[in-house]
Amino acid sequence: MSAVAEPSTGRRIRVVVAKPGLDGHDRGAKIIARALRDAGMEVIYTGLHQTPEQITETALQEDADAIGVSILSGAHMTLVPKIVELLGEQGIDDVLLTVGGTIPADDIAELKRLGVDGVFTPGTGVEQIVEYIRTGVGERRRGQV
Amino acid sequence: MPYYRAQVMEPNSTTPAEPAASDPAERTTESADREFTTMSGIPVRPRYGPEDLRGDAELKIGEPGSYPFTRGPYESMYRGRNWTMRQFAGFGTVEETNERFHYLLEHGQTGLSTAFDMPTLMGYDSDHARSLGEVGREGVAVDTLDDMEALFDGIPLGEVSTSMTINAPAAILLAFYVLVGERQGVPSQKLAGTIQTDILKEYIAQKEWCFPVEPAMRLVTDMVEYCTDEMPRWHPISISGYHIREAGATAAQELAFTLKDGFTYVERAIERGIEVDSFAPRLSFFFNAHIDFFEEIAKYRAARRIWARELKETYGAKKPESMRLRFHTQTAGVSLTAQQPLNNIVRTAIEALAGVMGGTQSLHTNSFDEALALPTEEAVRVALRTQQIISHETGVTNTADPLGGSWFVENLTDELEAEAYRYFERIDELGGMVEAIRRNYPQREIAESAFEFQRQLDDGEFTIVGVNRYQTEEEEVPLHRVDPALEQKQIERLARTRAARDSGEVEATLTELRRVAASDDCNLMYPILEAARARVTEGEMIAALQEVFGTYTETPVF
Repeated sequence: MSAVAEPSTGRRIRVVVAKPGLDGHDRGAKIIARALRDAGMEVIYTGLHQTPEQITETALQEDADAIGVSILSGAHMTLVPKIVELLGEQGIDDVLLTVGGTIPADDIAELKRLGVDGVFTPGTGVEQIVEYIRTGVGERRRGQV
Repeated sequence: MPYYRAQVMEPNSTTPAEPAASDPAERTTESADREFTTMSGIPVRPRYGPEDLRGDAELKIGEPGSYPFTRGPYESMYRGRNWTMRQFAGFGTVEETNERFHYLLEHGQTGLSTAFDMPTLMGYDSDHARSLGEVGREGVAVDTLDDMEALFDGIPLGEVSTSMTINAPAAILLAFYVLVGERQGVPSQKLAGTIQTDILKEYIAQKEWCFPVEPAMRLVTDMVEYCTDEMPRWHPISISGYHIREAGATAAQELAFTLKDGFTYVERAIERGIEVDSFAPRLSFFFNAHIDFFEEIAKYRAARRIWARELKETYGAKKPESMRLRFHTQTAGVSLTAQQPLNNIVRTAIEALAGVMGGTQSLHTNSFDEALALPTEEAVRVALRTQQIISHETGVTNTADPLGGSWFVENLTDELEAEAYRYFERIDELGGMVEAIRRNYPQREIAESAFEFQRQLDDGEFTIVGVNRYQTEEEEVPLHRVDPALEQKQIERLARTRAARDSGEVEATLTELRRVAASDDCNLMYPILEAARARVTEGEMIAALQEVFGTYTETPVF
């Protein structure tokens, strides 16, 4: 397995896979966590039922390059904006933020407007998500974003 | 109604090329040589014959309505009584859901099934900080007895059967229901229905918990005891494979983990000193109906045979009713696609048919738009009509177990049974299901299967029409939207109840609840009923119990 390293620091990509909200639908989060790990990234999975505060704290502690939020509770328009806001308050502005779940199209537009980088809906191939994070983090580290 | 675009995946370059249209040469060589399996990975041969029936086939298959019940729990099956058409419903506040209940009953539905929202499932009141944004989203919010009364307003509880999907706080919701019956003048002895209460599968798959495993099991056993004494028409546990399957398990894993959970409840009740034949007839099951048609049918048949054998031989049941497994079926939510959502009507019809051919006692058919949002009324109606078409038009209800004796189906039933017993052995080696859960064994097995299935999809080994093959550009379907204002409305309802109650009574009943929780020899149902009567909220009762029992945090495996 080849480690995915950023050229200048050599550090592996660190991703926090986060599960906010009260629902227990963790199938997708675990599949993505494992696929990212298999792709050579360092994955921190928060476990279930996390508050936006806990997620932001984890991202800060772990010095994450990317946060993948998995949400299927229908509360994405409450919880994701809160995460964006808390990241801003903590001065974390260089992290790649993605959201996956059952999210209607006009909510996607609104989430992107708020600052979410990528939104993935049911049926998205795992490789597509891995590539998105690899490319997105690479661009950020090279200062292209 | 607003229209939203369904998200459609962009054409993927790794998608397998379309095969040449029916080239007979291609059909006999390359494709015939590849390995064919069920969705669970059980090898399937090109043909089956009489040699595939294993020894003592006649005894193992038996007759419908007789031990070992492989062919169905009742002799006359759907001739005697059709399955109950029971659509799961719940969203927003109790008023919206009550309206949907009336709508479904008016359209010919024969039983009610309540979906509670996430805060209710986790034991948080609607005004709790953790509930923000979640109230009424994936089900209806019920905080107090007043909410429960409004939920069933105008519905005579003595005449319908009600299913409630709630687990960790099940005892509290059952208490609310019993008291609504009391207000309507219906004694608890006459209430009919089911409450899920299957806490083991929460730790395994659905992940809505309030307490550590042991105190949670004590609460379940208290409820079983209470229902055995007071509610002869009530099913206190619906032992559920549905969520285990949705989380990624194979059919064989669903079968094995669900039955093992069931045996664990039986063992706990027997240890409590409850006579097996007094409670086992009131246990029921809840299985998934996935898309692999024959494997699903075989799964239900294997489940009945295993349950019958174990209840009789291991747990000493004497009554046939204790050995007779009855189940509810829901079509597989996870098989629905956000892409080309109308295709989901076809998937659901096939899955529902598998449930019926497998001998289900009640059925929920998913709505075609559920990969996108909660269903619209139109989508719910199509789902209900699907059941009515199967029931009234197809003729499949005319005879019991129409696939019984099929060499293929009988062989597959045997295969699934054997696989289930291999899992039972592994779980026993770990020290039983509770210990296996502590060690993350079923959780890890399920995560493995989920990952493997995703790999098959990504590699194009398994085709899902419209997702990794036959993609088209986007379609539009109307989506149901839950009004965000409903959360505030529910919080106000709760505030009114809190303001109108006697705070002395609230404190006294909560103190008693904590006292009983801390003692080992009293049944928790009684203090819960008293607290419910005093308008203590669900969240307050759970918090009081957590002071004694503690909480639960999982160490996730992936």
